[in-house]
Amino acid sequence: MRSRAPAPSEPAQGTEPDATRGPALVAGPEPPRPRGAGRGARRKGRASAWRWLGVLPFFAYTTLFLLVPTIELIVKSFEGPKGSFSTANVSRLFSGEYLSAYATSVELSAITAAAGGLFGLFIAYGAVHGRLPAFIRPLLSTFSGVAANFAGIPLAFAFIATLGPTGVVTSLLNRAGLHIYNHGFTIFGMAGLSLTYIYFQFPLMILIISPTLEGLRAEWREAAQNLGATPAQYWRHVGLPLILPGLLGSTVLLFGNAFSAYATPYALTAGYINLVPVQIGAILQGNVTVPNPQLGDALAFGMIVIIAVAVTLYVLLQRRAARWLP
Amino acid sequence: MAALELRGVRKQFGEVVALRGLSLEVASGELVSLLGPSGCGKTTALRIIAGFEHPDGGELLVEGRDVTRIPANRRNMGMVFQAYSLFPNMTARENVEFGLKVRGQDRARRQRRADELLELVGLGGRAGRYPNELSGGQQQRVALARALAIEPAVLLLDEPLSALDAKVRLQLRQEIRDLQKRLGTTTVYVTHDQEEALSISDRVAVMSEGVLEQVGRPAEIYRDPRTPFVAEFVGTMNRLEGKLAGPTSVLVGEAGVPLTVQAGHERAPGEAVLVLIRPESIAVEEAASAAEVDSARARGSLGGRVLAFTFLGPVTRLVLDTDLGPLVADVPSIQALTYASGTLVSLRVDPAGTHLLGAG
Repeated sequence: MRSRAPAPSEPAQGTEPDATRGPALVAGPEPPRPRGAGRGARRKGRASAWRWLGVLPFFAYTTLFLLVPTIELIVKSFEGPKGSFSTANVSRLFSGEYLSAYATSVELSAITAAAGGLFGLFIAYGAVHGRLPAFIRPLLSTFSGVAANFAGIPLAFAFIATLGPTGVVTSLLNRAGLHIYNHGFTIFGMAGLSLTYIYFQFPLMILIISPTLEGLRAEWREAAQNLGATPAQYWRHVGLPLILPGLLGSTVLLFGNAFSAYATPYALTAGYINLVPVQIGAILQGNVTVPNPQLGDALAFGMIVIIAVAVTLYVLLQRRAARWLP
Repeated sequence: MAALELRGVRKQFGEVVALRGLSLEVASGELVSLLGPSGCGKTTALRIIAGFEHPDGGELLVEGRDVTRIPANRRNMGMVFQAYSLFPNMTARENVEFGLKVRGQDRARRQRRADELLELVGLGGRAGRYPNELSGGQQQRVALARALAIEPAVLLLDEPLSALDAKVRLQLRQEIRDLQKRLGTTTVYVTHDQEEALSISDRVAVMSEGVLEQVGRPAEIYRDPRTPFVAEFVGTMNRLEGKLAGPTSVLVGEAGVPLTVQAGHERAPGEAVLVLIRPESIAVEEAASAAEVDSARARGSLGGRVLAFTFLGPVTRLVLDTDLGPLVADVPSIQALTYASGTLVSLRVDPAGTHLLGAG
């Protein structure tokens, strides 16, 4: 590239202070800073601090009531009765009633997450894309908001009143000639408990999957149809891959929701169905032969691990499924 | 036989009548634009052709075959939508392949076809990109390639350029036209942009409130509008009310200012008429004084003054207060450099640029 002569208004090369010639040549007054520049920077800093102040309570809260207890729980899981390091409590999770409690909890959570999720998905899809009257959406949202939080003892009693041995629905079915209790069903067993869980699982699914379904644009369905796709082909190649990340996330959330439920199974089955939260509750209440609070910590630690595995799996699947997301 | 024919198609949404017996024929290889304002029924017509809406009455024929009751996925029509409708979970190539894939075509063939089409729309090097990695114009090109991949009986374009910026819009509309001509695909193009419709269509169908107002070649629509709606919707039009005084003379307004108009109409003297004049049919000349304007009047010109002006690039649009009433005129911008609000002017209306319609 050819060099060009410096323009008259430009400083010629070599006229700038040269640091190698000694301090006398570089020493000089600093170029004047615009008035108020320092104040501006300080103000900017203060504004930034104010912004952080807004979320400070959140961080303080989660540190105090989530992070610290989790760390303590993990530490205590590896403590023996005298406070020394021990893997005995964690080892007990892999045998006997505790292993069985995990298996039952995972089974119940998986069944109700899948069934409730599927049921909720269909209802949400109908509400979002089903061209139903306008009042249906808010009605469904309100119901879902209430039903998703309707758990514990009231829910248990509601189901006993409807599907218990003398419940309203049971009586109606009996009158219709269908004696469900003669066919092995009981509201106090695994099937009854699953049905009860689904009551709060599917409304939760409606609430959390609706935004994903709203993002499913009508143009995609029409474009697929226009190009010759049948509804099944549209769902296989377009619809399902698009909602998959949201669907996975929602199912994991439903799994976690069921996995940690305590009051509903306790009220309904009085602890006869062996679930991890029920085991932890028994230890906390001292309903055990040999009190061992560290075992409760270990059981809770086990729950954290299972949820962490589920979330990691979800993140991995989502990354794989959602390469196209901006 | 027409490649596409709509016969008395009617459609109503609740109380709203979207189409009131629309009839239109599109010849093979022709590009016909449905032009009209929002809510005129043009998109409804396109959706009925695509099979996304079912008409309440009338028939739709493709190559003489009644397809009115055939579902959208069996009509073999390619559509490019207004909003970006590419499948976001597929690359550009996979999007183009989709129609062939659901038809069971083998992978190698459909990939070859997709690559050919992407090359044709100038995106050969971007086959592996996802839609979110493409610009708006590139996405619409992919959508066009996808619609063409299935070799559609009719290509349907629903305002495909409306979401793009002005420069890309101009470029892409020419590309669409070139491609359509090269492939000879029968095309229906929906737009509310009259410039777009006039520039790329073989014929333009102007619609208003579910009715086809006029169908014709772009120049015909522009020069010879059949209804006041077409006259006002397509381009800018001056509209003057008057009474026909002779075969080429109209007395305009209550003052009865004489105006020479084009001969060849079939209207009788004394009939109330609407005189339509395009802004470019008015020649404007600056006058130094009121006396100069009067002198021009004596020579058969009209007088007026500039009320406002808008620079439009090569031309400047003047709003004038004239002997005929308010008029809009386009003059070369170089001429309008000295104009200001209040500038006195003399003007002449080119009789060949006038058009008469019945005032009723």
